[in-house]
Amino acid sequence: MSHHVVEVRDLWYAYPDGTEALKGVSFRVEHGGAVALIGGNGAGKSTLLLHLNGCLTTERGEVRIGDTIVTRETAALARRAVGMVFQDPDDQLFMPTVAEDVAFGPLNAGLPPEQVESRVAAALERVGVTHLRERPPYRLSTGEKRAVAIATVLAMSPDVLVMDEPSSNLDPRARRRLIQHLQSFQHTKIIATHDLELVVEVCRHVFVMDAGRMVAQGPTVEILSDEKLMLAHGLERPHILRHAHPH
Amino acid sequence: MRWADWVEIGRMDELGRMDTPAHRLDARAKAIVTLVFIVVVMSFPRHAVSALTPFLLYPVVLVAAGNIPAQYLLKKVLLAAPFALLIGLFNPFMDRQPVGRVGPWVVTGGWVSFASIMLRFLLTVGAALALLACTGMNRLGAALERLGFPRVFVAQLLFLYRYLFVVSAEAAKMKRSAEVRASGRPLRLRVYGSMIGHLLLRSMDRAERVYRAMVARGFDGEVRVLRPSSFRWSDAAFVVGCVLFFVSARLWNLAEALGRLLTGGAS
Repeated sequence: MSHHVVEVRDLWYAYPDGTEALKGVSFRVEHGGAVALIGGNGAGKSTLLLHLNGCLTTERGEVRIGDTIVTRETAALARRAVGMVFQDPDDQLFMPTVAEDVAFGPLNAGLPPEQVESRVAAALERVGVTHLRERPPYRLSTGEKRAVAIATVLAMSPDVLVMDEPSSNLDPRARRRLIQHLQSFQHTKIIATHDLELVVEVCRHVFVMDAGRMVAQGPTVEILSDEKLMLAHGLERPHILRHAHPH
Repeated sequence: MRWADWVEIGRMDELGRMDTPAHRLDARAKAIVTLVFIVVVMSFPRHAVSALTPFLLYPVVLVAAGNIPAQYLLKKVLLAAPFALLIGLFNPFMDRQPVGRVGPWVVTGGWVSFASIMLRFLLTVGAALALLACTGMNRLGAALERLGFPRVFVAQLLFLYRYLFVVSAEAAKMKRSAEVRASGRPLRLRVYGSMIGHLLLRSMDRAERVYRAMVARGFDGEVRVLRPSSFRWSDAAFVVGCVLFFVSARLWNLAEALGRLLTGGAS
């Protein structure tokens, strides 16, 4: 896969209890693009993300990662291409030590031990948590956990990074560090978040979701400055776009 | 001591990562020896008590060589004690055949078999926990798989262990938030009932999210570890030595033999 285009066409999904979470969502993210997925609670953001690596399979519509159409059969391929950072790092970290947790993905991909080791070292280094290597993940602070969760995904060298609420529960310093990391990643990025200031700093494009539908797509500043649109979908215009000096 | 400390098993993982003679033994060797140990202990007749005592040596040596805090391990054993108590509870009432005397008390067969059950429980659960504490669950899982245990079985075991954390963490959170709103009054039974229901549902959700995160990183049911240990001569010697000891302790009552030896064969 040379071009890591993510394309979703007319995606529908209803949960087993009948709740319609997605009602015909379509979008396309170009290779190397950085896109924010915004919208109120229950808009369908997380459900949409779960389709991108085959955690949920399409009922109606199509998800395409590069040249691969994601189905039950190709889910393993999609998972190799799409690295998913989940909302709660506690769900993502389950091995006894940080190093083992980061090694989990590469080992499952069948890499030889030396390569696993170098991937682990590189991923930890990349997010600045090499010193946490031998610590048990559940003893870390939220910021550290988040960084490790990102490292577990980077170690699999995915083409596309998908993140669900990466800045939630972070203190300002940890959040700032996260933003710097996100800015430095060359991957195609899709980030679901309520942190609109982060969106302004990291993402070039914004998709707005409401009640399972994609209600707006466009360049970040243009969409986020549209006060009427934002308010209509339970959002607001971020401060960073109101004042010359962000605070 | 808060109840959360009793359930807290995170320390087990930490203990499992230490580097001691007991930890350096190959996980397969320890698993085999512990399995043989459990089978031999369970094979004793129901009134055996003194003949079982030499078997205490194995968990004690493992704990000592592994530098495992005995108090911590004992607490975990006690956590499971109610199950053994329930199994043995009725023996003293069912079997009232007197078998001997201790001072003014007549000892019935029921009490002896009850003691036997509790001792076996202490031995087997103690040995299993000692094995876990000086191996670590993941290495143990990998060892079982390499020994030819079905992969599904090993994966189940690992998930069971991992979800223990998940469930106990959820329970601790829920209890705390209930206590905060209880104004210092003890929680009523009805509240506990509702909490347990919620705990089940929440844990199931949580389990699903953990599983999803594992699958997202390519988990396919096989447990892989970074540094699989190799089986050395010392491991083989450990297995042979332990099994020989277990078998001889099964064939001869070593405690009685030692007693005779010390008292010059008077009894």
